[in-house]
Amino acid sequence: MAKNTLSSRFRKLDIDEFDENKFVDDHDEAVDNQGPDGAEIDNLIRQGDMMTAFHIALRNPPVITKNPAIKERALAIVLRVLTSFKSSDIEPAVKSLDRSGVDLLMKYIYRGFEKPSDNSSAILLQWHEKAFAVGGLGSIVRVLTARKTV
Amino acid sequence: MSYHSFLLEPISCHSWNKDRTQIALCPNNHDVHIYKKDGTKWTKIHELKEHNGQVTGIDWAPESNRIVTCGTDRNAYVWSLKGEVWKPTLVILRINRAARCVSWSPKENKFAVGSGSRLISICYFEQENDWWVCKHIKKPIRSTVLSLDWHPNNVLLAAGSCDFKCRVFSAYIKEVEEKPGPTVWGSKMPFGEVLFESGPSGVSGGAGDGAGGGWVHGVCFSHSGNRLAWTSHDSTVAIAEGGKTSTISSLSSETLPLLCVSFITENSLVAAGHDCYPVLFVYDGTKGSVTFGGKLDVPKQTSQRGISARERFQNLDRRATSSETTEQGLESLHKNSISQISVLEGGKSKCSTFCTTGMDGGMVTWDVKSLESALKDLKIV
Repeated sequence: MAKNTLSSRFRKLDIDEFDENKFVDDHDEAVDNQGPDGAEIDNLIRQGDMMTAFHIALRNPPVITKNPAIKERALAIVLRVLTSFKSSDIEPAVKSLDRSGVDLLMKYIYRGFEKPSDNSSAILLQWHEKAFAVGGLGSIVRVLTARKTV
Repeated sequence: MSYHSFLLEPISCHSWNKDRTQIALCPNNHDVHIYKKDGTKWTKIHELKEHNGQVTGIDWAPESNRIVTCGTDRNAYVWSLKGEVWKPTLVILRINRAARCVSWSPKENKFAVGSGSRLISICYFEQENDWWVCKHIKKPIRSTVLSLDWHPNNVLLAAGSCDFKCRVFSAYIKEVEEKPGPTVWGSKMPFGEVLFESGPSGVSGGAGDGAGGGWVHGVCFSHSGNRLAWTSHDSTVAIAEGGKTSTISSLSSETLPLLCVSFITENSLVAAGHDCYPVLFVYDGTKGSVTFGGKLDVPKQTSQRGISARERFQNLDRRATSSETTEQGLESLHKNSISQISVLEGGKSKCSTFCTTGMDGGMVTWDVKSLESALKDLKIV
């Protein structure tokens, strides 16, 4: 028989939702960070002050919220800052971050890899190399295991 | 530092006897093999065949000379030496998933088994029925229990679990012991009480964002029982000090996740994992900080030979770099992840030798004194 004649409606059912032992993260519904301010970042980029734009972009990451719109907005802003950096400025920017900042930067880099645009991959790979030199394999493992993602 | 390769398969778990002349290990199958040390050679003297599934945990009680083993067949056996033969006694754990780790209590009157059924079974021997009985600790564990460690007072038990938390439970069994005195972790200790839980609710200070995002692979109490260290799959190691302040200090490391940890003095701990070499961490109680102490591995001396132009281009072709070092293999003694660490001499307060086994089927005994002299910046406080 070439065609399945039986009902396949069950394939649209997510059986894991009904599992009574399903693990749900206990997250606090506290008010979360709303991501960086787009207008402020734009101003700084136009003025050429990349370092400040970089630091502001990495402030207030929307890690707890589950709202995809907020996360997309924050991601877009951070990627705009990262792609407007000159290659020579990347290393000092990474050096100016502390340990958790490097972890956060790695998270954004991998999110940026997910949707490659024309020239974003090249610059993101340079960012990745510099962040890896500081954070090591541990920072990448933390991107993979983080429960709170950007 | 002596490396002995027992087998080609991973060593799932191991345990030493009291005078460290015999080691019981599981060669990644359903059996337990006991090897005896003859000078520098190891000979297999016993094979304990009873489990129907891979043996995941072995613990050898030093004083009473009994071995407890647990496996993926959801059973645990207590083995006693009768003459020249080890005789097993089945312990019904009442779990419906594999057992993952087992540990005798310090007084050896009970043992704890962590399992995939999201609970810990505390088993003790009931004299009237001549039978091992178990009690369960279920709440609030929500995933597999990966590692266990007993507090020296024989009542408190630390458990690391796949629900990203490390907890301290009370495993007080009134049938076998009297009420314990208060400790820094708390004074009321009914069975199953949670005295400490790591995670977003219990975090304060420390480097990294503190909210552990990884499975807790290894836990260890310090010798006094006042400090608890655990390693997690997000490449962090954390130490909590019991008491009113109950602060947690954690360090996010740049290495791959660490699978096992042990205190070697009150302030230093050794951990090892997927990076195949043990690592030293130093805890500063006054500052509440954990720092990386050094990599504990003696690197082999690589010979410096000149590289010809042809080799340079060949390297470029094959490996995209024209570097001189041929890093064909790992430079560490172990060639695969280290899964278990055990203290041999000196206890957890002044350890002088410890041993690691791993997925490469090899066992290495590390001598703390020679490590200190070999690696110049190493300071074990």
